[in-house]
Amino acid sequence: MSSSINIQNVDRIYTDTDGKAVQALESVDLDIRAGEFISLIGPSGCGKTTLLRLIAGLDKPQAGQLSIDERKINGASPERGYVFQQGSLFPWLDVEHNIAYGLRARGLLRQKKANVSEYIKMVGLDGFEKSYPHQISGGMVQRVAIARALINEPKALLLDEPMGALDSFTRADLQDKLLELWKEKGTTMILVTHDIDEAIYLSDRIVIMTPRPGKISRVIDVALPRPRHRGGVEFLALRREILELFELAQAQPQPEYTI
Amino acid sequence: MSTAAVKLSAPVKADSKAKTKAAWNYKNNVYFLLKILFAVSGFIIAALVNTAFPQKAAVDIKNYVITAFSFNISLTMNDAYVFILAALAVIYAGAGVRAWSDNDRRKKYSKRAAFRFALGLALALWDIGGTKLQFFPQPFFPGPAQVIEAYLADSEYILQNTLYSLRLYAAGFSCGVLLGVGTGILIGWFPKVYYWVFPVLKITGVVPAVAWMPFALTLLPNSFTAAVFLIVICAWFQIAFLTAQGIQSTPKQSFEAARILGSSSVDQILHVAIPHAMPDIFTGITSANAMAFTTLVMSEMLGQPGGLGYYINQSKVWSAYYKVLAAIVIMAVLFSLINHIIGRIQKHTLRWQEGVVKK
Repeated sequence: MSSSINIQNVDRIYTDTDGKAVQALESVDLDIRAGEFISLIGPSGCGKTTLLRLIAGLDKPQAGQLSIDERKINGASPERGYVFQQGSLFPWLDVEHNIAYGLRARGLLRQKKANVSEYIKMVGLDGFEKSYPHQISGGMVQRVAIARALINEPKALLLDEPMGALDSFTRADLQDKLLELWKEKGTTMILVTHDIDEAIYLSDRIVIMTPRPGKISRVIDVALPRPRHRGGVEFLALRREILELFELAQAQPQPEYTI
Repeated sequence: MSTAAVKLSAPVKADSKAKTKAAWNYKNNVYFLLKILFAVSGFIIAALVNTAFPQKAAVDIKNYVITAFSFNISLTMNDAYVFILAALAVIYAGAGVRAWSDNDRRKKYSKRAAFRFALGLALALWDIGGTKLQFFPQPFFPGPAQVIEAYLADSEYILQNTLYSLRLYAAGFSCGVLLGVGTGILIGWFPKVYYWVFPVLKITGVVPAVAWMPFALTLLPNSFTAAVFLIVICAWFQIAFLTAQGIQSTPKQSFEAARILGSSSVDQILHVAIPHAMPDIFTGITSANAMAFTTLVMSEMLGQPGGLGYYINQSKVWSAYYKVLAAIVIMAVLFSLINHIIGRIQKHTLRWQEGVVKK
């Protein structure tokens, strides 16, 4: 239950609020293997979310082609689940109905009713079925978003900084949950993140992107055995390598920008 | 261990007991009993005033016969008024007894006691100043007993007119809500509809519905449909306006999330756009409701063969101001009840908002 995704020579241009054309992606090529966990990482403006939205079918490229299992991607589909950074749960639905949304929309709710409680349990939210999104914590909200995407049994799960708004403890917890679900379902995972540690901890490969225009600059294999140790020697070496790519490894004598 | 605990807690217990005994508040039985008497005494005073003061106004005290459960009861308006006051006193005393064993209820009851007393007192003063001693100009200020008389004398006719008003309101307002929500959704969802319809709505929407009355009365087959039409348009524009606003303000991300989950366009309207617009729809409904009451009464006064507005107009012609007041009292009760029902529906529908928005 996983798919390979093929991205060929993709350009994406959008017009900003001033009416200027901005090249968000320029000739991007990438092959994502079936069942792979891949991370897109880079500074803001490098087009990682743009690329993810193209894979999801939410936007269309101006040039090039994206395909899944050799079929052209044409519009959004439940076969490519999507987890937004935040605020995508429906506030008028409780946890249970948010998770069941996809089944209901596709007319499968009666047939697969049992799946709803199964997925609630899978993300550890039993007892919160009747809670509304504003009544649960940020980490729980993202678990609901993940369960809501997975209940459609997607071939690929696209994650747009799903842990970006969480504190580091909740984040580590959710990362482990994500790995667990990935092992269980074997779904192809594509994660957008700006957190280098997160990318190394989770992925098989890390795609490094650079901005203006958005491009893939390197793809790094993470050949570390799982479970990975966040403080391990190889882990830290890889971390250093990536930091050097972004020229962040050395202390800057005179920083040009302040964050 | 347990003995030590008992020893420690014993003096505290005694102390708190002493405190409750000493405290002069709603927890004290004597205090609360006095509060009940206080709440009820206003109505008792009003009843005494009614029986003790001589009737100065030249009002015939007629006997009315009421048939209830095959009993014929003969009573005057003063009897009926005193009976109602007694009933109010019994009801509030009963509420006090019910609150006896519950401190929260005692507190609420004690808080309301002063207002209830004042209510009874106001009735007594109104009675004295009105029909009894005629301090206020007559016949514009009939006493409370005379208002009750309107119900005794005209009960069937008042009921008929009330039902007429209700029928008019129900037909007009329900059509207005349906049309308003429907057009609001179309305007909010389809940019083309927005382009063509929204400006029309915006301009015609500010015109008070009753301004269309001359057209409504001449162009529509009968006066009932004319009044329904007026209520419809006053609800329609307001609700459509706010529904459209609610749909348009739905975050794009919600639609994207729904699309990826497998939602069709129709499904997105039903399960994303409308739920998101629901708070705005209810804002529209509540404000349209207030306007619908105005339109209802005005159109009844200006060209209906029935209804409470018509009853007021007709009573005014005969200078029967006590009947005017009787109709106003019914309106106050009826419209409050309708508002209350709408409020309950709103609270239930928007229960997901509890704790999110500042109420």
